[in-house]
Order: sequence, then C-alpha cells, then structure tokens
Amino acid sequence: MPAVSKGDGMRGLAVFISDIRNCKSKEAEIKRINKELANIRSKFKGDKALDGYSKKKYVCKLLFIFLLGHDIDFGHMEAVNLLSSNKYTEKQIGYLFISVLVNSNSELIRLINNAIKNDLSSRNPTFMCLALHCIANVGSREMAEAFAGEIPRILVAGDTMDSVKQSAALCLLRLYKTSPDLVLMGEWTSRVVHLLNDQHMGVVTAAISLITCLSQKNPDEFKTCVSLAVSRLSRIVSSASTDLQDYTYYFVPAPWLSCKLLRLLQCYPPPEDGAVKGRLVECLETILNKAQEPPKSKKVQHSNAKNAILFEAIALIIHYDSEPNLLVRACNQLGQFLQHRETNLRYLALESMCTLASSEFSHEAVKTHIETVINALKTERDVSVRQRAADLLYAMCDRSNAKQIVAEMLSYLETADYSIREEMVLKVAILAEKYAVDYSWYVDTILNLIRIAGDYVSEEVWYRVIQIVINRDDVQGYAAKTVFEALQAPACHENMVKVGGYILGEFGNLIAGDPRSSPLVQFNLLHSKFHLCSVPTRALLLSAYIKFINLFPETKSTIQEVLRCDSQIRNSDVELQQRAVEYLKLSSIASTDVLATVLEEMPPFPERESSILAKLKKKKGPGAVSAGELEEGKREGGEVNGAERPGDNAAIAASNASTPSPSADLLGLRSAAPVSAAPVSAGSLLVDVFSEAGPAASTAGVNDDGFLSCSSALSSAPPSVVSEDPAPPLPESDELLNKFVCKNNGVLFENQLLQIGIKSEYRQNLGKLPNTLRNIVLLIFIALLNEILLNVQLKPVDPLVEGGAQVQQVINIECLSDFSDAPLLNIKFRYGGALQNLSLKLPVTINKFFQPTEMSSHDFFQRWKQLSQPQQEAQKIFKANHPMDTEVLKAKLLGLGTALLDNVDPNPENFVCAGVIQTKAQQIGCLLRLEPNAQAQMYRLTLRSSKDTVAKRLCELLSEQF
Amino acid sequence: MQFMLLFSRQGKLRLQKWYVPLSDKEKKKITRELVQTVLARKPKMCSFLEWRDLKIVYKRYASLYFCCAIEDQDNELITLEIIHRYVELLDKYFGSVCELDIIFNFEKAYFILDEFLLGGEAQETSKKNVLKAIEQADLLQESQTEDWGGLANDEIL
Repeated sequence: MPAVSKGDGMRGLAVFISDIRNCKSKEAEIKRINKELANIRSKFKGDKALDGYSKKKYVCKLLFIFLLGHDIDFGHMEAVNLLSSNKYTEKQIGYLFISVLVNSNSELIRLINNAIKNDLSSRNPTFMCLALHCIANVGSREMAEAFAGEIPRILVAGDTMDSVKQSAALCLLRLYKTSPDLVLMGEWTSRVVHLLNDQHMGVVTAAISLITCLSQKNPDEFKTCVSLAVSRLSRIVSSASTDLQDYTYYFVPAPWLSCKLLRLLQCYPPPEDGAVKGRLVECLETILNKAQEPPKSKKVQHSNAKNAILFEAIALIIHYDSEPNLLVRACNQLGQFLQHRETNLRYLALESMCTLASSEFSHEAVKTHIETVINALKTERDVSVRQRAADLLYAMCDRSNAKQIVAEMLSYLETADYSIREEMVLKVAILAEKYAVDYSWYVDTILNLIRIAGDYVSEEVWYRVIQIVINRDDVQGYAAKTVFEALQAPACHENMVKVGGYILGEFGNLIAGDPRSSPLVQFNLLHSKFHLCSVPTRALLLSAYIKFINLFPETKSTIQEVLRCDSQIRNSDVELQQRAVEYLKLSSIASTDVLATVLEEMPPFPERESSILAKLKKKKGPGAVSAGELEEGKREGGEVNGAERPGDNAAIAASNASTPSPSADLLGLRSAAPVSAAPVSAGSLLVDVFSEAGPAASTAGVNDDGFLSCSSALSSAPPSVVSEDPAPPLPESDELLNKFVCKNNGVLFENQLLQIGIKSEYRQNLGKLPNTLRNIVLLIFIALLNEILLNVQLKPVDPLVEGGAQVQQVINIECLSDFSDAPLLNIKFRYGGALQNLSLKLPVTINKFFQPTEMSSHDFFQRWKQLSQPQQEAQKIFKANHPMDTEVLKAKLLGLGTALLDNVDPNPENFVCAGVIQTKAQQIGCLLRLEPNAQAQMYRLTLRSSKDTVAKRLCELLSEQF
Repeated sequence: MQFMLLFSRQGKLRLQKWYVPLSDKEKKKITRELVQTVLARKPKMCSFLEWRDLKIVYKRYASLYFCCAIEDQDNELITLEIIHRYVELLDKYFGSVCELDIIFNFEKAYFILDEFLLGGEAQETSKKNVLKAIEQADLLQESQTEDWGGLANDEIL
C-alpha cells in the first residue's frame, strides 16, 4: 500500500488491487477476478440496499477490472445511481465509470443525460465541471443532441466561473468534432472569439482550441480572431519570463498558449491589415531572435518549450510562404538544429526542412545543407531519424544535385533498415526518372536498385523502366547491353531476369552484332535463369523467346526445341503450357511476315503519370508528397494507370494473334498473303474478309491515288472480287460509324446471325515504318448467335464455321492522306442456302490518326492565330443530344485522340484540344474548341486545321457526338 | 491529441485515455501494437515516431512510459512537455509519485488528467490551478468521509 491517503482510501479496493498484484499467474488473476465479480454481482442483486460508499467501492472495483482488460457487462445502473448522489466523491466515481465504460443502452443514456442536466443546472461549479468532463469524455451523438444548445450559453455567460468556462469550451470542441451539424455557434460566434481577450490565461488556453477548430471549418465567420490572436501573441512574446506567473513554464512564458496562437494563425492567409501584419512579423522575428539567445535554464523542459514555439513559428512562416527573409532565417535556424546533440531536435529539423524545401524562396537555402543531411542518413543511430533524412534528401532533390542524392540513397540502401527499403526504392526510382538528363544513367540506376534491393523493387518500378526504354529509342541499345551484362552475374534477382527478358526480347537485336552477345549467347543466358524463376517470370521469358524467333531466325530451331520439351509443353501450369503450345505453333506455321507483324516491337506506352509516384502517394498519404507532385497527380486524374503492365501486354499482343481457335486456320493463316493493298477508288475501300487469298499475294504496291492502303494480315480483297457484287452499305452504317468516333472498342453490328465486334489499336510505328505512319489493328469478332452453319464463300479455308464460334480478322490500315469516307467492310456468307451480303462502314475515321499534342496556352493561341484563313476554320452550333456531363465530355474528347488542354481557355467551362493527324503525305495540325452552353443546351464547336477538308470533316463527325 | 497511454516497462497498461471514439477491440489492438513498438526502442532514440497516420510522442519516467498519439499538424515538443507537466502534477499530488501510486489510486490519476487535458486539448496548464481543483475535491471528500461514520446505513436511493 502506498503511503498516500489523500481523499478517502477505499480499503476494500486497495486490498483487491493488492490481491491481483500478488497473483502469480494469469489463471490465478482470472480466478480472483471471477470471485470478485461474483461477489459484486450478488451485492448488487442482494435484497439489502447498498449504501453509497459500498456502491462506489464496487463500481470502482469493476472499473479497475475493466482497465485490466477484462470485459464488464454489468454495474452501469449502479454507476448511474452514483451520478445522482449529492456526495461529490460518489458522483465523481460514477462519472468516471460512465466516461470509461459508456454503454449505448438508450435507457441508460437517458438517465445519464438526466443526471448531467441536473448537475449543469446546479450552479455548483465542481458539479458542473464533472458533468462537462463526462460529456467531453463520452462525446456521443446523443449527448450532443441533448447539450449542444446549452453549452455555448454556459461558455459565454458573464457569471460562469473560469474553470467551468474552460471545461465548457473543450466540451463543445469535442461535440463539434463528433457532431458538427449539431453545434451551431451562430449568435455566439463573436463572444466566443472574444474569449481570446479573456483575463484568465486558462480560459484563453482552453478557448483557443475550440476557436482553431471552428476557424478551420468556417474561416470567414471567425476571421476577426486573427487580429486578436496577433495582439495576444505579441503580449506574450514581449513579456518578461516572470510576468505570467504560473503560466510561465521553465522560464518560457505561456508556451502552450503561444503554440496554439501560432497554430490558429495557420488557418488564415497573412493578415491584410498592415499594422497587424507588422506586429506579427515582429513577433516571428522575436521568436527567431530568442532562439539565438543563451538558454535561461539548462533543463530540457526549458529548451523544449522554447523550441516548440520556434517550430510552430516556422510552420507559420512556411504556411505564409511570402516572407523570403523569414524563410531563409528559418532555414538557417533549422540548419543549426541539424547538428544539435538532441536527437529530437535533429529529427524535427529534418522534418520541418522538408516543407521548406518546397518553397521557392528557401529551396536553395535548404540545398546548402545537403552534406549534413547525407551524413545524417549515414550516421544517425535511430531509424526514424534516418527516415526523415531520406525524406529531406528526396524533397531537396533537383536537377543540380540529383546524381549525388541518388548515388547516396543507393549506397544507403545497401544497409538500410528493412522497414524503409521499399519506400527508398520508390523514391530513388522516381528521382532517377524525374531528373534523368541522360537515360542511360536512369537505366543504370534502376538496374542498380534491382541488384541492391531486388526484393523491394515493386512491379511498378520495373514496369516503369521498361515503359521508358520502350518509349525512348536512344536508350534501347544501351539498356540491352546493360541488362545483358547484369544478367552475367551468377546470382541475379528475379526482377533482373524479368527486365532482362523483356528488354532483350524487344531490343536484343541491337547488341547481336557483337559475337560476345550473339543471339544464341543471349538466349542461353536467359534460359540459364529460366528454371530458377517463378511462373510469371517464366511466362515472360517464353514471350521473350518467341520474340527472339522473330528477331533472330537462326535461334528458331533451338527455341522450338525448348518449347517442345515436356517441361514446357506439358507444364502443369496452364499459362505456361498454353504459351508453349501457342508459341510453338506460331513459330512453325506463320510466315516470317506474319511473325514480324504479330511479334512486332511494342508500341510506345502512352505518357501518363508515373505509376511509381502514384504508389508512393498511396503508401505515404498525400501529406508526404510535395505540392508540385500533388498537382501533377490532380492534372492526371489521380488514380493511376501507369499500372500499364508491360509483362502482360507482350503476352496479349502475342496471344491475340495466336489464339489457337480453329478459325485461325479457317481464315487461311497458313497461306496468308503478305501485305497487300487494295486499290482504292473514291476514297472508299472494300475489304472482303472472307474472300480467297488468291491474287492478293501480288504485292500490289500502294496505290498512289488511294487515301488509305488497307492491308490485312490474312487476306484482302482483290479488285475483281470487290467489283463483283458488294452490297450497298447498310442504311444505318453512318450511324454505326458515329458510335466509334470517340471510342475504339465495341460491337459494330449485330443481327440474329452474327455479331461484329471491333477492337482497334492505333499505334505509331517506331521500327520499320517511318514515324509519320500509324498502324491500325482491327480485330473483328464474328460470333454466330444461333445454331447455324456458315458457308464461307471461298476456299481454301475450312468452309464451315460452327455456331457460336469466333473468327478473328486483323486488318492493318495506314493513312496515306486525309480522307472523308470510311472504308467499307463487305461480308458475304451463305446461310440456309441463301447468300448473305452485308456491307458496313469500318469505323475508321480521320481522327483515328490523331497524335495528341500538349502545348502551353501561349503556344496554343499563337497557332490558333496562324490558322486564321476562313477556309481553315469550320464551325457548327448544335443542340446537345446527351446530358452535358463534364466528365463524359472529357472522356469523349480524349477518345477523339487529341490532347485535352487545361488552363488554355479563360472560361473553365470550355474545352480546348490539340492534335496532329499523321498521314503518310503530311502532318495535319488541328486545334479544337468546344463551348457548352448549359442553359441553352447548345454547343458551339470550332475547328481550325492546316487543311480545310480536315477541319470540315472533323466538325461534321464531332457535331454528332455530344 | 487522440489518446494517451501509460504503461510499465513490462508492458502493463496503467492508464488509458481515448479522445476519439474507437471500439474496445481497436483500443486493445492499438495498445498492444504501440506498447510493443515503444518498448522495442533504445534509450537514446528520439521521442517521436510515425505510426500509421499519427505521430507518437513518448517519454519514459522511471519504470513508466507515457505515450501520446497526436495528429500530423500537432506540435511534438509541446506534447512532450504536456507529458512532463502531467508527471509534475502527479508528483506534486502524490509526493514523489511512483508506479504504485498510479496503480492503487488510478481513479485519482484519471481525475488529475481530466483537470489538465480535456477532449485531448490542454484545459489548464497552470500547475497551481489544476492542483487547487483537485484539492478542493479532496476537501469535499474528506468532509464527507467524516459524515459517513454516522450515516453508514444512509440510503441514497
């Protein structure tokens, strides 16, 4: 038993606590507790009414048992009874029990609220405080409903005691946090704000927490608090350390109140009133000056309190971000702390500097501390401090110091704590990408990351390096060489194998000239890792192998042998088996041209937000990312999509073409004709998908008069067939065409016999074709809906298509010059003896050849002006056919293929787009402006283009879309 | 402040104060996790750490750890001094406070805390004023305790 016997010792309670403490085991403790619970239960249930003292004692025991971690399911009623006792000590225990063990039993809540109401109106300040404490501790909605109206009155009433005011202020704060809708300040607002002027420092201290919270939510209503806060702060800051008596803490005047005042000011922009602002700047300067004065005490409490104010003042300076002088002073002060012997101060200085680094005024000043921060990263003994150092390095990184910082972070990674490795990896990857001057450095950095911390390199990171290598042809050769070298290591991380497999599969040819990295050497190197890898990696390697067959025909037999062996072709994993089977088949039946098309180099990935940046944001929450990046995130639309998965893409691209459906053969893959162009007349082109390959094999060169050259990977119509008897296009085909102007996939046509789906990929060629050309791959799925037989008119393909089967037809289209009419798709087949003849417009419109162009507002208007001749502009005013939903509009404009430009049009309601149409003959720049008028439900669409026909055609097409 | 925990070097929870609504299950989980995290830290390490989306400020006094969870915007150093002021209050009230005082008079530890912090914010930072409030209550109690002798069977209800 401790010697303390203040108040009333409850002997029974003390004995019980001693018993529990003497229990040797958990079991003994539980036994003792159960015994006590049984005892209390019988006392509560007994016939003999308990006196207040016993009731209090037992309730207190229950509370103790609960705080030990055991469940308590009774005693609430007894506690509520204690509330209405007129003995303070009993009431107090009753309130404590309720505060800790509140029960949502509505009957009970009613009783509790009743007791609270009585105490609030008792005019006994100690009772009132107890009641207010209880409300603040419980803070339930029911209590808010009952008391949110009453408490403001108590808070501002002239005759309320100071201690009651303090409790009322914080009680109200708690209710406001849980049920803001129920706490209506309205008429009380100005009186609450004026509590900042209260004589009693305790009242100000309590009230300011409430005011800060209310100001955050309703800044306008509370903005008069700014000048009051500044003058209060000024009085404290300039006071001598003894002026505030008991509110001085270790020679620091009112540290808590000072911090809260500075915090409140952070809810507002800098004061507009010059005098107020001057006074505040003076305060901030005084606080910074005091930091340089010798300490008034050696106690840590003194320096903590003083520095707490200093850090809060710096937070305010950073919040204003408008006083270069103060920002630089703040930075210098933090710089001193970076080398302080107190770990806490070093930690906070690193943390605070992180925010300073994002201000343009102090970024350079922060950078001067780079050596100290790097040193902290290396030598701090506490991982949380090292983490802060890493954060700061990330924040202060820019083009000038990126190489140094990335190098330091990489070398730190070798020994970094496991807990922070993944985040470090992400940060290094982001910095390397963001500040890469030459991409070979970027590739080196990422490969180093994989080498040093492969396990922590998430998919996003290695996807990203592949995206970048694919998109930048200047680095591909270097990347191939570097991964090839990295793979030489006897043990390399699986992620390295993935990157290596992918890159060599795409660009191995770039280093194949060197006999040391000849195709077979490359293959053998990759294959030596194969058996140690997981299924997804092996699947990726198989795709790399089939790409090798295309890149290096000399490896074909070796690779086919690998694919053919039982461990591949009979692999128990379905995915691996399927790939082995498909790739083997593809390599043996497809001609080199087909292979070249199917296994073509991957197209560039669309530029979008870095997936790793998004991942970091997700990991750290928005607070951790600098403002610039957040904006970036917003512009890009937040949710990511950089999660483009190159690994899968390869598989899809390859397997789409090699789907082992019998229809592949049916369509004559084996005898596939190479690229052949059908002559085009009058801008329309007929593609007879099911016609015989026959004469198409004649490599009929591109017809110069044609606008489009259409080459099917499989077969395309010879002129003779086209002229035979193509049906006129269906009457609705224009309408169908319109559905596809802003989208690329979907069902084009459907009747009871068949369904034609379109899946198009519009890509810019990098490799074999010049940059100005685009390929379009249309995948046509023809599903027969009923049990019918399809008699394909012409052989040599299997003439029957089973009902429900799918047929794929791939058509490559390149745009030679601008055009208005869509090519025709003619499908002929026999059903039930009758020849069916169907003509549709292929959904290929001029906008499919758009390449989006990002440009600044200035550039846009300059170009807009350049296109000022009347024929260069097409304009249309039309009625909205669909609801005018901004997001839908945006999606459609993006689907059009142009870049949607933000912040160009001064009217944010309007949309502005830019793009270049890539044709073989020329590039045609187009600018677009769409002005919705929600009131009239009308749009005005304006197009300007360097070619009049294009502007006109786009205007026609688009006016049907909205 | 979102919550405050006091626990011993052996990881026994001595006081818990929650200023945000949480289920008992969550409270237990948080307590378990935090006690473990804090106890695993070495003496010279810094007093702050990031934990979930909160900042933890802790300090050890003899055998007891005082641990507060604050939000992103809150000030770490001033929270450290909140802990210290609470320790001073306990010390003054009990006279050289030790862990046993808090175990046997846990209700007093809660009452003192409620006078000092309410709803997670400082209510009264003056040591004198807080202790005055507590002592007044004790006086009320003592005068009432004397009454008890004669009113042992007094029925309140």
